[in-house]
Amino acid sequence: MSIGVKVVERPIEQTSYVRATLTGMAHTLKHLFTPEKVTTQYPEQKESISKRWRGTHRMLTTEDGKAKCVACGLCPTVCPANCIKLVPGEDEQGNRYPLVFEIDEFRCIFCGYCQEVCPEEAIHVGRHYENAEYSREGFVYDLERLMAQTHPVCEMWDPADPKGE
Amino acid sequence: MTTPIALLQAATAGSEPHIIPFLVFTLLKLIVVFTVYMVGVALLTLAERKISAWIQDRHGPNRVGKGWLQPAADGVKNFVKEETYPAAANIPLFVLAPALAFIPALVTWAVIPFAAPWDSPWGRIEMVLAPLPVGFLFILAISSLGIYGIVIAGWSSNNKYALLGGLRSSAQMISYEIAMGMSTIPVLLLSGNVTLSRIVNQQAFETWNVLNLTIAFFIFLVAAFAETNRLPFDLPEAESELIAGYHSEYSAMKFSLFFIAEYANMVTASALMATLFFGGWDVPFTLRDNLAPHTGLKTLLTLGFFGAKVLFFVFLYMWIRWTLPRFRYDQLMSLGWKLLLPLALGYIVAIATTIVTLDALGFARGSVPFHAGLILLNIAAVVILFVLLDRGRVISPAYSRLDAREVARLRAVSTPKRTSPLLPESGD
Repeated sequence: MSIGVKVVERPIEQTSYVRATLTGMAHTLKHLFTPEKVTTQYPEQKESISKRWRGTHRMLTTEDGKAKCVACGLCPTVCPANCIKLVPGEDEQGNRYPLVFEIDEFRCIFCGYCQEVCPEEAIHVGRHYENAEYSREGFVYDLERLMAQTHPVCEMWDPADPKGE
Repeated sequence: MTTPIALLQAATAGSEPHIIPFLVFTLLKLIVVFTVYMVGVALLTLAERKISAWIQDRHGPNRVGKGWLQPAADGVKNFVKEETYPAAANIPLFVLAPALAFIPALVTWAVIPFAAPWDSPWGRIEMVLAPLPVGFLFILAISSLGIYGIVIAGWSSNNKYALLGGLRSSAQMISYEIAMGMSTIPVLLLSGNVTLSRIVNQQAFETWNVLNLTIAFFIFLVAAFAETNRLPFDLPEAESELIAGYHSEYSAMKFSLFFIAEYANMVTASALMATLFFGGWDVPFTLRDNLAPHTGLKTLLTLGFFGAKVLFFVFLYMWIRWTLPRFRYDQLMSLGWKLLLPLALGYIVAIATTIVTLDALGFARGSVPFHAGLILLNIAAVVILFVLLDRGRVISPAYSRLDAREVARLRAVSTPKRTSPLLPESGD
């Protein structure tokens, strides 16, 4: 008791257990009959996600169905998680293209630097979050898979419109 | 109109059925009651989840068969899950404990009358599994047994959290058992009998005990919450302190059995509250259900009323669970020993004095002045307890109130060299 506990004399409204209990029970009963629910019924209803949501990647394609990527090597350089594997190739006209382009989505930290640094606007992070797989290997997305994705892509942060409006 | 006592005797008299119909109907009652009880308990797990969800503005289980099949899904899951046995557990007791927790809750139901008797063509059928003359004493004896399952579960798991949970539950249940037993003595004083069907009839012909004995009902309610380990008294399984308490080491169906036992206990305690204080199967504002002829329709109607009363108390259990936070352990103990027990003892004295006085004044049992006197006393007691005494002392808050002399003495002991008492600002 050497610490000298300070005893505060409180009015009965604050110390009455019976009154507090009855107030609480009235409150819960009111909520019991409130028809409004806060739950989102997930598989049927989905929360809308931000335009700047950064999810699993997508590789955009040109009109003739080829990847826009020119294998410049900027994205594996900038990637802080080192999750992009790129082997560049060159065709007869001297156009560079990716021979291998793989993203390990498990290593990815979804910073969006790859999209930001890409000069061709080829690689994008997507507005997408349902990524379940049955194996860990399934999370290494190759070029075909990245090109086959159809979800909308992230609209990056615009300094002129910081709130995304 | 004859006196209530004569009516009471007329209502309880009846022809005993022959041995063959008696056996057949007893077996039928057993099967029906057991089935309804177990299915009801399963549905109560769903009700608990639904009510908790609604109180928290959620939907609750609504996937498996719109939610109705959720108990079945849970049951199947618990049956097919792996059973784990701790390496150092005492296996025989470890296996025995869930059954020991479960059986007393079921056995109590044997003596609770759940409907008006039925004068069938084969003789009178009492709507109670075992019309035991000492029904109430039987309930007191059996409800004390439930604690063994929990204590043995805690001990045999060889886990310190489980052991602490078991110890807590034994201390808690023994403490509240006393208050619970004491709170029912006024009921017995009024009915003059320990047979539950007599207690029900006495309430039907006079007034429900809750009107005469609100304080006793309040003590019984609180003690019943503590006995069934439900919030705000679920300290044996306080998950923030003890993981899951006594059933920390249990898995699959053995865990589920503890869960069922909790709900079974809850239903039993609700049925007891309805029987002892809310007139059992009595239909309020009429005596027709208590008088001959005892038709099957009356039996069904009274069964419905009994079910409604029980379900109300079950709902109250859930409502309170999702409203009140858990007590601290010292609050639990001081509520049991320092408030409920003296209150129950004082109440017995008050009620006994009142009954003797009213008898001496010549008011017959069941007459209007007799009950008016009791109700007046009851109103006074309720006002004293819930308005005058409720000053932060009934449930002590986080600090304890010491008188100034005691504080000065303690400070002098802890700081012998100082003359002035230490203040928090002194930086010591």
